[in-house]
Amino acid sequence: MVGILEDKDRIFLNLYGLQDWGLEGARKRGCWNATKAMLDAGPDWIITNVKNSGLRGRGGAGFGTGLKWSFMPKEVKEGRPHYLVVNADESEPGTCKDREIMRHDPHLLIEGCLIASFAMQAHACYIYIRGEYVREREVLEAAIKQAYEAKLIGRNNVHGWDFDLFVHHGGGAYICGEETALLESLEGKKGQPRLKPPFPAGAGLYGCPTTVNNVESIAVVGTILRRGAEWFAGFGRPNNTGTKLFCVSGHVNKPCNVEEAMSIPFRQLIDDHCGGIRGGWGNLKAVIPGGSSVRMIPAHEAEEVLMDFDALSALKSGLGTAAVIVMDKDTDLIKAIARLAYFYKHESCGQCTPCREGTGWMWRVMERMVTGEADPKEIDTLLDVASQVEGHTICALGDAAAWPIQGLFRHFRHEVEDRISLYRANRPHVQGAKLVAAE
Amino acid sequence: MSVRRLAKDQPASFAFTAESQKAAQWWLAKYPEARRQSAVIPLLWLVQKQEGWVSEPSIRFVAEYLSMPVIRVLEVATFYVMFQLEPVGKVAFVQLCGTTPCMLRGANDLKTVLEAKVGPRNTVSADGRFSWEEVECLGACCNAPMAAINDYYYEDLTPEILGQILDDFAAGKSPQPGSYEGRKSSEPKDAIQTLLDPRLYDGSLAKPIKALPNAPEKPKKAKKEPVA
Repeated sequence: MVGILEDKDRIFLNLYGLQDWGLEGARKRGCWNATKAMLDAGPDWIITNVKNSGLRGRGGAGFGTGLKWSFMPKEVKEGRPHYLVVNADESEPGTCKDREIMRHDPHLLIEGCLIASFAMQAHACYIYIRGEYVREREVLEAAIKQAYEAKLIGRNNVHGWDFDLFVHHGGGAYICGEETALLESLEGKKGQPRLKPPFPAGAGLYGCPTTVNNVESIAVVGTILRRGAEWFAGFGRPNNTGTKLFCVSGHVNKPCNVEEAMSIPFRQLIDDHCGGIRGGWGNLKAVIPGGSSVRMIPAHEAEEVLMDFDALSALKSGLGTAAVIVMDKDTDLIKAIARLAYFYKHESCGQCTPCREGTGWMWRVMERMVTGEADPKEIDTLLDVASQVEGHTICALGDAAAWPIQGLFRHFRHEVEDRISLYRANRPHVQGAKLVAAE
Repeated sequence: MSVRRLAKDQPASFAFTAESQKAAQWWLAKYPEARRQSAVIPLLWLVQKQEGWVSEPSIRFVAEYLSMPVIRVLEVATFYVMFQLEPVGKVAFVQLCGTTPCMLRGANDLKTVLEAKVGPRNTVSADGRFSWEEVECLGACCNAPMAAINDYYYEDLTPEILGQILDDFAAGKSPQPGSYEGRKSSEPKDAIQTLLDPRLYDGSLAKPIKALPNAPEKPKKAKKEPVA
């Protein structure tokens, strides 16, 4: 057997698209089985069971899904309908799991949308898919059409809960993965995050109570209820339960998406599913374990770590979206992080000054560190600026821009210092040269 | 943030074709009547599908279509980087992912190919047929390096393969999107070790479930709310 999770316990049975994504194929794989019985058991039963399963949001922050649902008002007020919005704006570098759900197992998502909407007394749900996912949107639209035609969703459907499901698409902005920016974008505005409170459960889409969930969080709900909260809670360590899609990219022999049990050791994940590190374990340098926004961990920490929320945050990193970016010893880490700094500079929405100005400043300094032109003193200035961007913005993009840089200097500061010394070694005129501010 | 401005040379006018008009109505039906503004991104996308890029007259057109102030549509068109504010290559418009996961797997080598075959980035070739740009993470990191060409993803590229794809476009062919490494999607190449149990696919999972785990003793029907 490879990995920890057995085939019989997987949720995404068509992860690789080798089977039929359509309704007939999905039904054969158990989707839409007993959905009516779940709805008949009532909203409280659904929320309690999702809570008991220990499911934590799969979009990065890891907030309890059942708990989030319970924040919605219990009664629907006149003129203020409830909405479920599914966040399919998958743009975190390293992450490519929701894409596979939408193009290969769309009915799991549609079923999850119905169940979650019912649990929150919503009659309408929007799936906000990133604009670049054109093929994925086409499949999802086709699957929704099938579900309408089979009367699984829509008015007077077989489940007895009137429910409309719409696909909306974005225009290529990473920031729209932030829930309030996503709502702004869905309302036809620039995707700039809103101040919280009010939280979306109080005033979200069109000012109405709204819950925003990640695709994976919603798509697993049907199977959790079918097989029982205890079944799902049986995987992983306490507080880190369930199965999870891992996206492994970078310097492994066989990059892939794979569903595994939470808390799988990093070593086992890579050896069993990804054909090992390129050039062997001795060649591993560093790992970004949860999508670009978390701090990297060096090889010796990665080799021992369990892939879950708590183990990774103990290392001052995070599970994020479980997008593992592996870097071997050939990697220029400074350049890799400078490229991420450019990414955040490009994707900052421009609303808060620390982020708008800070991301560009940090990127420019990082570029000079790549070549070695920077002054050694600038390392501390950079870390100081990073800590001033972190936590001083409306949304978490400022934090996300600061963390990769902090991670680099936490573990590989000597590399940057060496690069700067090397650059200066044969250039006496650089020594003591007048400092030029980085714009 | 990126600075994005409208093109210098603008067409005199813009109007939807009958097909785009139909698609626009289909989009509008998705939102509450009082919330037509929600359709602004899909409509600008329709404009781009029709013309290849988003022009100033088309922004005015969309504003009028949705009863929105022109400045609000202009804001959206300049904020979202998928909207091309200048004409792009008519035969192949290549959007190469250059973010770290793709960079680690050789995206920079692909840039050299594009520079040699197409020319400098963000510049349409002299015959108007090709152009390319570097974009941020397109969300196909397990299939890196990759590029989106005319909306669809071409994955697991090497410099030779990308060169071949560009040659095929130039020769009037339509190369297939997807993995160029012989993969179906993002499975481990030639080494699928999961999802092999035939019982997952023989229909046994579709057998009716008599009682859900933890089912309440007396299932009570939820009260139905009026449709708002």
